[in-house]
Amino acid sequence: MTAMTPAGDYRSTYREDMTIFPTRGSRYAVWLGLALLCLAPLVLGRYELGLLITIGFSAIAALGLNILVGFTGQISIGHAAFFGFGAFASAWLHESAHIPVALCIPLAGLMTTAVGMVFGLPAARLKGLYLAIATLAAQFILEDFFARARWFTGGVAGRITEPFELFGWVADREESYFYVVLAYVVVMFVGAANLMRTRDGRALVAVRDHYLSAEMMGINLAYYRTLSFGIASFYAGIGGALYAHYLLFVSVEAFNILFSIQFLGMVIIGGLGSVMGSLMGAAFMVLLPEAVQMAADALAGGAIDRALRLGASISFLREMVIGAAIILFLVFEPDGLARRWRLIRAYWKLYPYSH
Amino acid sequence: MAEAVPMLEAVGVSLRFGGVRALTDVSFQVRQGEIFSIIGPNGAGKTSMVNCISGRYRPTEGQIRFEGQDITRLRTSRRAAIGIGRTFQNLALFGHMTVLDNIMVGRHHLLHRGFLPGMLWWVGGAAREEIAHRREVEEIIDFLEIQHVRKAVAGTLPYGLRKRVELARAVALKPKLILLDEPMAGMNLEEKEDMARFILDLNEEWGMTVLMIEHDMGVVMDISNRVMVLDFGRRIAAGTPDQVLADEHVRRAYLGESDEAVPEAQEAVPT
Repeated sequence: MTAMTPAGDYRSTYREDMTIFPTRGSRYAVWLGLALLCLAPLVLGRYELGLLITIGFSAIAALGLNILVGFTGQISIGHAAFFGFGAFASAWLHESAHIPVALCIPLAGLMTTAVGMVFGLPAARLKGLYLAIATLAAQFILEDFFARARWFTGGVAGRITEPFELFGWVADREESYFYVVLAYVVVMFVGAANLMRTRDGRALVAVRDHYLSAEMMGINLAYYRTLSFGIASFYAGIGGALYAHYLLFVSVEAFNILFSIQFLGMVIIGGLGSVMGSLMGAAFMVLLPEAVQMAADALAGGAIDRALRLGASISFLREMVIGAAIILFLVFEPDGLARRWRLIRAYWKLYPYSH
Repeated sequence: MAEAVPMLEAVGVSLRFGGVRALTDVSFQVRQGEIFSIIGPNGAGKTSMVNCISGRYRPTEGQIRFEGQDITRLRTSRRAAIGIGRTFQNLALFGHMTVLDNIMVGRHHLLHRGFLPGMLWWVGGAAREEIAHRREVEEIIDFLEIQHVRKAVAGTLPYGLRKRVELARAVALKPKLILLDEPMAGMNLEEKEDMARFILDLNEEWGMTVLMIEHDMGVVMDISNRVMVLDFGRRIAAGTPDQVLADEHVRRAYLGESDEAVPEAQEAVPT
């Protein structure tokens, strides 16, 4: 985990030594990246922006799951249900209480936190497989709730909602909504990175790495395990709310267990216990199907298609590739894209004297 | 020297796991400012005793008092705040964290900015607090001579260093009483000498009362003020190192039953 710093980079204060991005180069790169993203709506089309928006809200939810699974060492296979709860909560708050959407999103996050902490209570006592089953129950209970609570979700018909609006500025198109999501991504990711370099973030990791000695260090296990669920749910709720005001329609079926597994896939592929990994994992999981689709489209009707007689089964390629990607990552890079990225960076930093 | 209230007092502590009696009616006092060692053959109940003090086990009977306060049923996570720190016999570091973070976890109960100010970093005072404690942690790092590994991931360090990092983490708690469970197990002579020096410094300069379990008799007898001997969960002797070495029960526990076979037991070194 030690960051590679160039020779001669002698930091002289503890504050300098605690920055999120350790080198000047990495800080510049981040600012440059953000600047480029701010210009993206001027260059990219609606389809590409839509992908970026999807990556954005998925990454926020994935980051929440990573705090729970990667940093605290818990497990949840009901993350999509919390994501869904955030989506419905924001839409419901807006319609029933006429709260502006800009406020609905954080409020939906808080509501999801409350729900998540209730379902997270067993986490104070359960571990591993048992906890997995408890969160599975949360998934099914919430899904059932979505289907029945018509006042909240609009029942099986789903709920229509309105776009984000702030002081008369309506973000009803990809070009404008992109900035909303980008702002949330920055805030949520900086928040998580800060959390991980302070007391409670360390406590979460301590609970994961060695809970007995964590307890001896004065860390209340039940509190931190539940807190972790709360934070994860908050991130899921924010992600869900951003999703709702992007699609402008929230339907019950979207938040099934497959979606939950997909979040787990993002976290594993991105890198358990890595803040930036959550973003990479989300990008990978959103872009992979697109890439496979493109490949499948290119294949369809071509020579390979005819030779292998793929025909209709070509559309299943997508699912298979995603499954294969998860398996391959688990085998070859269990620490995810984040580690791969570190290795690549380290390689170039030392190039051409990498040995 | 003689304080009215001892730092730590165990009164008739018994610990049973079903039919197994790990500890039977053990009583002792640790005075403020001393180095107190618990010795005994394997399975004598030394670690069980320390686990009762640190809260890992609840004694079946008896009472444990810390500075006069009954802590027998106090929650484990509260004990750091009242001034009890410990290290473990089998290393218990946070393996994926850096050395620095490991030691900073030791400051947990001294830090007050929770997750919200933590996430905000710049505005809630979390940054200031972190930096202030970082400064103190660096002093501990200097003291234990682990500057060169402060950014290394704890799980990748060699054994001797990991032991030292674990000690650093316990010191970071600022405990009044520090429990050391076999601080020198598996170390070579040089590392043992270093460790003995650290323990003496902790005691004399940092003012910590030390309760130590150790198998190396040479070290125990050299640096302890008082020693208690456990055998099969019972206290068989206690006193100054010389008194304990001269004790007939102790010789028998270490060297077997037959009384005639007792040789010159100056350096009774068990396995």
